[in-house]
Amino acid sequence: MTIRGKVIKFGDNIDTDVILPGPYLVHTDPNELAKHAMEGLDPKFPKKAADGVIVVGGKNFGCGSSREQAPLALKYAGVKCVLAESFARIFYRNSITIGLPVLVCQGISGKVESGDTVVVNLQTGKVEDRTNGSVFKATQLPEFIMEILDDGGLIEHLKRRIRSK
Amino acid sequence: MNIIEKILASASGKREVSSGEIVEASIDAAMIHDLTGPLAIKSFRKIGAKKVWDNKRIVVILDHIVPASSVISANLHRIVRNFVEEQNIENFYDVGRGGVCHQVMPEKGHVRPGEVIVGADSHTCTYGAFGAFATGIGSTEMAAVFVTGKLWFRVPEVIKVNVTGKLPKLVTAKDLTLNIVGKIGADGAIYKGLEFGGATIRNLSVDGRMVLCNMAVEMGAKAGIIEPDQKTVDYVKGRTDKPFKPVKSDPDSVYEKIVDVDVSDLEPQVAVPHSVDNVKPVSEVEDTEVDQAFIGSCTNGRLEDLQSAARVLKGKKIAGGVRLIVIPASQEIYLNALNEGLIKTFMEAGATIGNPNCGPCLGGHMGILAEGEACISSSNRNFVGRMGSTKSYVYLASPATVAASAITGKITDPRRLKEEV
Repeated sequence: MTIRGKVIKFGDNIDTDVILPGPYLVHTDPNELAKHAMEGLDPKFPKKAADGVIVVGGKNFGCGSSREQAPLALKYAGVKCVLAESFARIFYRNSITIGLPVLVCQGISGKVESGDTVVVNLQTGKVEDRTNGSVFKATQLPEFIMEILDDGGLIEHLKRRIRSK
Repeated sequence: MNIIEKILASASGKREVSSGEIVEASIDAAMIHDLTGPLAIKSFRKIGAKKVWDNKRIVVILDHIVPASSVISANLHRIVRNFVEEQNIENFYDVGRGGVCHQVMPEKGHVRPGEVIVGADSHTCTYGAFGAFATGIGSTEMAAVFVTGKLWFRVPEVIKVNVTGKLPKLVTAKDLTLNIVGKIGADGAIYKGLEFGGATIRNLSVDGRMVLCNMAVEMGAKAGIIEPDQKTVDYVKGRTDKPFKPVKSDPDSVYEKIVDVDVSDLEPQVAVPHSVDNVKPVSEVEDTEVDQAFIGSCTNGRLEDLQSAARVLKGKKIAGGVRLIVIPASQEIYLNALNEGLIKTFMEAGATIGNPNCGPCLGGHMGILAEGEACISSSNRNFVGRMGSTKSYVYLASPATVAASAITGKITDPRRLKEEV
């Protein structure tokens, strides 16, 4: 699976309260959540992400609460993939669960800038910045996680497994 | 094996496990609340499941926005109540029956040493204070637990935090916790376990131990844990009849590293905006003006916290222009605080008392901050916009420091106030 998109870059410790502020947790429709994605840092983010983007973050991306609504908001706003130096664990698991690819990619936040075009190969973990030519090796996802992502998330994955039994 | 390895080995039917290994563990208890529950229920239905794996092991608590503040939140409560009725969930704490989930869980006997507990809330790690392995998960993973009763975990590396020395007067478990968060950092324990030990921890009350484990997630940890002792056993036995077996770390346990902390000279601590590890001694931030002061939350809304705040506030008035909001973490704590006269002390000082729930901690309701306002809070997060406007400021501190600051209208060392009186 190859993902291509323009980058929107954020810093270290991007927490779930800025990814999706608490007051919006009352919404259960992911399209409603998407309207408020990253509102804590950039209220224009949903507009910028609408055509499909790759988010690049620093250390500890997604720290804070267990709200699955945070990766859901990003996914439905148009985020195709998140690349970061490291992730908070609940956000990481939630992203896989809802079918949003997240890759640990060391060194990326120092070299990639907002607006760059980046190509990510999920199978090999190869990440290329087509704007400045730099290449990175992201941590490869294990096979069972790739299967979940291929199926589009944990629910679809469980359903497919039940069907194929 | 260390305590976390032992619990995960036992829950996954293995004699031994070590860090890095992935295990599938049986879940002893699974908790949802009004903001993560509806999504878990939605996912449960999407999977196509008809019945939960065990209606006695699921705990449902309404606590984030209660009573409902809008039609939207009322509808969320309705979704949860319908599910509870449909699945015949035994342990349901509706408005006025419980309080903040992480207080209600141990208080109502749903936490025992040696158990594996998951909650659809990041502060589920609080139950490590009772020697349980407890961690926060997302809503859809919770739906998978509701169906199967199992979940996979990577056995974490463990950092041991060894605390010694006697806490000075008016310096509390919260100050110790903030100090540790400052030392380890917001990402210093990602994916790892944090085991708190040492003489100081042994001397802490159950309430105090819960503060430490509660904020383990603020360092990125998967779980915080404290070896159970007689205090733990006494507390748990008073709350549940079910048998349990306390688990302790072996003397030759493997730790990734050991962090030593001596509290003998510790000052009250404050985490300043906008990150929890931006921790300073109170003396460096004194005189910062505050508009609001909040005592409550799953971190510091317990009886010990209210007692400590009341000792500072007794016979005094809060400053003009400052709002003090006090929210006991549970119905039981509220009642005890009433009986001890603490609520009277707060009201005479000029505080507003809220019903047990999460309140303004996550910016849900009951004390949202306006643009440019500052709040000193006994809660756990000071992220941008956490308690309201993205242009507001949250300072985290102990209940005693929050109380002292409410009196002066500026961030204040509670010891200074005691001296002046």
